[in-house]
Amino acid sequence: MRFKRSLAAFAGIGLAFSLAACGEAGTEGGGADVEAADDCEGKFDDGTQMAQWADSGEISVGVKYDQPGLGFKGAADDIPKGFDVEVAKILVADLCIDPQGDGVEWVETVSDNREPFLQQERVGLVLASYSITDDRRSVVGQTGPYMITGQQLLVPADSDIESIDELQGQEVCSVTGSTSIDRINEKGAKGVGFDSYSECVQKVMDGTVDGMSTDGSILAGFAAENEGELSVVGDEFSEERIGVGYQPGNTETCEWINETLTTAYDEGTWAEAFEGTLGPSGVETPEPPELDDCQTF
Amino acid sequence: MDAVLNDFDAYLRAFGFTLWLFLISGVLSLILGTFLVALRVGPVAVLRSAAATYVTVVRNTPLVIVFATFQFTAPTLWSALNFRWFDRLDISIGQFQFNQFFATAVIALTLYTSTFVCEALRSGVNSVDIGQAEAARAIGLPFGGVMTNVVLPQAFRASLPPLASVQIALIKNTSVAAVFGVAEAVYQMRSLTRDFPSQLNEIFIAFAIGYIIIVEVTSFLSNRLERRWRVA
Repeated sequence: MRFKRSLAAFAGIGLAFSLAACGEAGTEGGGADVEAADDCEGKFDDGTQMAQWADSGEISVGVKYDQPGLGFKGAADDIPKGFDVEVAKILVADLCIDPQGDGVEWVETVSDNREPFLQQERVGLVLASYSITDDRRSVVGQTGPYMITGQQLLVPADSDIESIDELQGQEVCSVTGSTSIDRINEKGAKGVGFDSYSECVQKVMDGTVDGMSTDGSILAGFAAENEGELSVVGDEFSEERIGVGYQPGNTETCEWINETLTTAYDEGTWAEAFEGTLGPSGVETPEPPELDDCQTF
Repeated sequence: MDAVLNDFDAYLRAFGFTLWLFLISGVLSLILGTFLVALRVGPVAVLRSAAATYVTVVRNTPLVIVFATFQFTAPTLWSALNFRWFDRLDISIGQFQFNQFFATAVIALTLYTSTFVCEALRSGVNSVDIGQAEAARAIGLPFGGVMTNVVLPQAFRASLPPLASVQIALIKNTSVAAVFGVAEAVYQMRSLTRDFPSQLNEIFIAFAIGYIIIVEVTSFLSNRLERRWRVA
């Protein structure tokens, strides 16, 4: 009798979990279908990192797991989805590795561990809403940008607030330690940091804070996920240049990334990736940004 | 070290918030913990088991979950628990502004730490000779009098070292507030490591030193107190 009762309890918990999993699975975010190139024989010079990746057929890529539209992995997903991930797939495909296959190891990189993961060669590339800054460039390689975005404000759909200027002295939420918080403070509001963007969204939805602010592309992803409940308002009040992180000192890797991105710009796969991921949130596909020259170390 | 030294004010302010969190929740947890131990050793069976249940539940829950309960679950159940009203009180001391997130952190830390204070004190109460309490009752003191005049002073003295450990754990536990909206030391550290990844190790060391200083001062004070309270 006792056994049966605990069995029922376990079944109930299991059911609750599987229902929760279904709820997560509804997030959209497919991009263009990129297929692995098949001409890697002699494509890369011996000894370069690209040749190593292409020969071994394996690469690990650091992406975010908690940013709908950019890099997001739901409970039921095998691989993360979003614009960052689609751009990563374009790069991986150029190495003759199937982007959907087992050759790619997707690693979650949170904002704090992107540089250490690259330095320790835990990941080969980082595409994790990784904005290019001079200090970061002094420890890791960064190239791009493949997207330019700016900070905006996310508020509940029924809110009267139209820009961050109306929130002087009020609390506005973002992620702990982010540059977004500094910008919020510069604008006269009070930045409050939480551990992840989803926690911050929760705080906006339960009315603890009036709004949340970070890159417009991230906010657009959350607005699309909670359609009708949240909206992105106001002009962009900063400029973030989102780039690809690679191992420090590898100028060839940088040149390869730039070439591949240029091809993707020209062939329209970049635009397809954008439309498939951030498009549904109502953002118009922009012109591809101009790429930086590769630095020589 | 430049990253820390260039904005040393911000470094000090961040540790200021850490200290405020520690001092306020430290005092509150001592008060609540003493109250809990009085319930646990008291004569009323219902209160005894209520306090025991509370201690068991909260002490066995990870601090992050206690925090998350107050930050994410409680406000959806009852909107006053999002502490927005606390912002309207507009409490600040110097450049320290105590907002709703600070209030929530103090409550989570207090509720969590008080269970450990209670258990440390209970070991102290157990060490007080039963004859002491019986003698106190024999001269006509009520339960409250027995506790405040006879048992608790001796229990505090006996459990000073574990109480100090509980408070030191509290100092380090304040770092959890960093991910729940309080701009304390770890919060500041994360914003520095994000802006200056080239100085990662220096930043970590600078913040570790800050914690070591606070903990060392606390253990020094507790040692002095221990010496003063030593039974001759």
